[in-house]
Parts: sequence; structure tokens; C-alpha cells
Amino acid sequence: MIAPKYSVSRLIASKLKGLSPTRGAEYFAIIGFLIISSIILMAILAPLIAPYNPIKKTGELLESPNHKFILGTDGLGRDILSRIIYGARIAICVTFLAISFSLSCGVLLGLLSGYIGGKLDSILALVMDAVYSFPGLILAIVLAAMLGPGIVNTAIAIAVIYTPTYFRIVRGLVLSLKESLFVEAARAIGAKDRTILFRYISPNVLSSVPIVLSLNAADAVLTLAALSFLGLGLPAPTPDWGFDLKAGHAYLASRIWWPSTFPGLMIVLLTLGFSLFGEGISEMLNPELGR
Amino acid sequence: MKNLLEVKNLKVYYYIREGVVKAVDQVSFSIKKGETVGLVGESGSGKSTLGLSILKLVPSPGRIAGGELFFDGKDLAKLDNKQMRKLRGRWISMVFQDPMTSLNPLMRVGDHLTETIKAHEKVTHKQAEEKALSLLDNVGISPERFRDYPHQFSGGMRQRVGIALAIVLNPNLVIADEFTSSLDVIVQSQILNLMKKLKKSHNMGMILISHDISLVSEIADRIALMYAGQIFEFAETNAFFEEHLHPYSEGLLSSVPNIKLSNQNLSYIPGMPPDLIHPLKGCRFYPRCSYATKICREKEPPLAEIKTGHLVKCFRYN
Repeated sequence: MIAPKYSVSRLIASKLKGLSPTRGAEYFAIIGFLIISSIILMAILAPLIAPYNPIKKTGELLESPNHKFILGTDGLGRDILSRIIYGARIAICVTFLAISFSLSCGVLLGLLSGYIGGKLDSILALVMDAVYSFPGLILAIVLAAMLGPGIVNTAIAIAVIYTPTYFRIVRGLVLSLKESLFVEAARAIGAKDRTILFRYISPNVLSSVPIVLSLNAADAVLTLAALSFLGLGLPAPTPDWGFDLKAGHAYLASRIWWPSTFPGLMIVLLTLGFSLFGEGISEMLNPELGR
Repeated sequence: MKNLLEVKNLKVYYYIREGVVKAVDQVSFSIKKGETVGLVGESGSGKSTLGLSILKLVPSPGRIAGGELFFDGKDLAKLDNKQMRKLRGRWISMVFQDPMTSLNPLMRVGDHLTETIKAHEKVTHKQAEEKALSLLDNVGISPERFRDYPHQFSGGMRQRVGIALAIVLNPNLVIADEFTSSLDVIVQSQILNLMKKLKKSHNMGMILISHDISLVSEIADRIALMYAGQIFEFAETNAFFEEHLHPYSEGLLSSVPNIKLSNQNLSYIPGMPPDLIHPLKGCRFYPRCSYATKICREKEPPLAEIKTGHLVKCFRYN
């Protein structure tokens, strides 16, 4: 197998081994990585670390943070800490699903569209541009409302708005690589189209994808929160940060801040994690900024 | 002896917005088995297009507009894409001009070779690797560089890899398009010697496309001189240098710099290469030709055999 020119995992591994960052960008990437990984860890270990069942009434309604309920309880008497911990599962799950849907669709269609060209390319490019021209959130709302609630449906609604980003990047690169000499040389020694596309073109395209990936993930977290906030995310008792934010929002006027503040903070934290990571990586990989 | 490649009245046109560029127009020639032909001409004379058209790889908007190509008796026009693909590399292959960009930057040098072998032959990975290693050794690259990436190689080494890649399947015909142009003279002569050696050991036919007539003459058995999409003179290398008959050949050879000449003596051919969208009615060279007469303006001269094996497209000899 070919090792990609810049592998994010390899980069992180090498950075973490030395752990002596010389520039701000590297701190960014490491902090972002730590935030993301701790939230993922929280999601995985949710049943072990959550003190209560997140969808059962375990205390009085709207208890302020105390020694029994560290972050208080919500309007239905459920432990907010437990809901936040379980909510991480939804956030991580939907984000990763959405990103992998859009990534695989966008990259694959971009490769085919750019390589095959002709009518297929014109049609796909037009469709993708049409999708791209919509304000992302509005499109996601429409799709989520049409598809109905559920993890996969929400992920699809979010995936659709990010697919054109990958499509455009990949297609553009394929169009230029298709004309490059090494592709022509491969053709002159009798390489199949499939070989050319997957052994010659795609490895050279994929190195530019990881950065976009991380930045899109940050955006996807916010989109998911927005959809849940509007009640278009997941069905009711599921612990979900956006939904809890909305539910807690009603009590803010009576100075009961904890049901909405903590889910909100989690959304900010995860978004921050993804964008720090993405920005950090992209700055580290950008040769023009100098080492 | 049977002809390895026969080109008959080949026309390759580029269909662009401004019109039809007749990059190769009515070209006929043939190559025998194991023979090397140097295809020489200035920029834009259609020599690279001719090379690519033999592999049916003319880039769009170009297309083979007419004529016939016979390789080993087979009509290439009748082969579909799949058959053509099998032919490329196995029977006819190509060495490209720019060694810096003709290898996949993300593929190990050895993998270029093994993948090609495996794509065309039913061999195990191990066998393919052994074959690739011996071939690299053949072109002068040590086995420990097998797992390196192209960027770890110098230009000359990459061109060696490019050559290895072109001959890996023992093709009967190798088309080398300006294969030494981006290399310095020392590396050029090394590569040239390598090609000579390989030509002997593999008994390959070769088409060497170049603008450098003296370089090509080092190795070519015959020389074809192209101008404005047509072959103007075709002769054995020695005969060509002893007696170049076409006025264009004369002009071209006297404009090759020579250390024995004083500055004043280095001549050039006045004028510009012609517009290939609206080619001239008569001889395409007449505006630049010092021997031009009235008939040159009106009629196109035929490519006629003046002496045995010496073809010239000029009215001076008819």
C-alpha cells in the first residue's frame, strides 16, 4: 500500500511522542485532539461513568447543582451530568456518520466526475453547485423535516450539505491530475482506467482531504445542535445536547441556568475541539507559513 | 523483412475553436523490426502528435482523422480500447519527455514496475519483483533504491526508471519523445548509451522523437525530418548526413552550432513555421525556401524516392 504523503495519524503520533511543540499551531492541534478524544472516550465509557440513568427521573425537578447532582437536574428531574455524558454519544455518532457519508459520497463522485468527464461531469457539477448554493442550515432543516427523526436520518441531512465541499476539491484536483504526465505515462504502458483512477490519481488527491474533514466536523456539530434545538433531531427522551439546550432555554427567564448552560458548553467545547484540530493541522501542513 | 510498423497517409487533426489544426498530414513511413528511426523536426512540426497517435493516445480535441496504422500486420484502427490497452506497454510503449513528472509521486519506484508487470502478465508478486529488480539493475539503478519514492531520485535516474518502465514488458517498439531534452549533456550521453545497449539486447524497434538532430543521429538507423506535419526527407542516417537533399534539411543542419565555425557562419532559416490551420496550397516550406520557384507555390511536391531508401519531398529532384 502507498502511505499517503501527509497522514494525520502519523503526524499526531510524531507530535505526541516528542510533545515539544515549537509553534502555536501545534498546540492548537494537540489541544483540539485532546478535547475530541476525551469526548469520544466519554461517549464510549458513558454507561460506566454516568452516575444515573439519563432518561429516568432520579431527583426533584430543577434541582440546582449540588453534591448529589453535580450539574443539577432538568425540568423532568433527570440528572444533567448523565444526560451530557450520554449526549456525547449522539453528538459523536451523528457527526462521524455525517462526515463519513459526505466524505465517501463527495470523494467518490468527485473522482468519477472528474475522471470520466463529459455529460456525467456536467450534471454532477451542476447538482453539487446547486446544493452548495443553498444556505447549509436551511437545506439541512428541510431534509431533516422530510426524512424524520433518527440518528441515520439526521446524519444524512447533515451529510448532504457537506458533500459538495469534498466533491469540488476532489474533482478539481482530478481534472488537473488527469492531464499530468504520469497519468499519460501510465496509460502509455497499458494501465487500466481503474488502476489509473485508484492507484495514480486518488492517492494524490486524498492528501488534501483530512484538513477539510476536521473543519467540516466542527460545522457538523453545530448543525446537529441547531437541528435538535429546532426539534428536528432525535426523538424526545434521547439525551441530546441541542435538544436539552432548547428544553432548558425555557427556564432561563426564571434564573434557572443549569439545564441549558451545560449542554450549550458541551456543544461549544466539541466544536472548538474540531476547529482547533483542523486549523492546527492545516497550518502545520501549509508550507507557505514556514516551519 | 516484415515491417514492424507501417503508417499510411496518417492524418491527425486537432479540432479547436479557431479551426482544424492539421498537426500530422498525410504521413507515411514504415519501421522494420529492431530498427531505430529518428523523428526530427522543430517545435510544432507534429512529431510528438505522430508519436502519440501510434499508441492512439492523441489528447482531445485531437483525433486521428484518416490514414492507416499497421503494427505487426494488425490494423490498429480495428482494435477497441481494451485491445489497445493490452497492446500498450506489451507491444508498443513510450518514454516521456519530462522525467520529473512522468512518475507517480506517491508510488514507490519499484511498484511502478511490479504493477505494470502484474497488470499484463500472470505472475506472482515475488516473480514480478525479481523481474523489476533485474531490470532496474539493467538500467543502472541499484536494488536498494527499489522502495524509494520518485522524489528521492535525480532527473537522470528518473529517466532511467522511465526507460525501464517502457521496456519492462519487452515491447517490440518503443517511442521515446524528447527523452533526453530535460537532462544535461553528460546524463544525456549516459542515457543514450543505455538506449543503445538496450536496443541491442532487446532487439527493439525505436522511434526517437527529438529536435536535436545530432543527438538522434548517434543512435538512429534512419532519420525522418518533419516539417509542418509532413515528412520532408527520409533517409539512412549516414546518407542523410552525407547528402541532405531537401532545402529545409540543409538549412537545419547549417544552423546547428559548431565549435569550428566562427560566429558569422552560424546561419538560421528565416521566417516562421507555417500556420497549420490554413496550410499553404503548395509546398509548405516555400516562403522560407531560397530555391522556391513558381511551381512550389502552386503544387504540393510528392515524397519521392530519389535514391534507394532516400525520400525527399521537393520539386528540385523531380
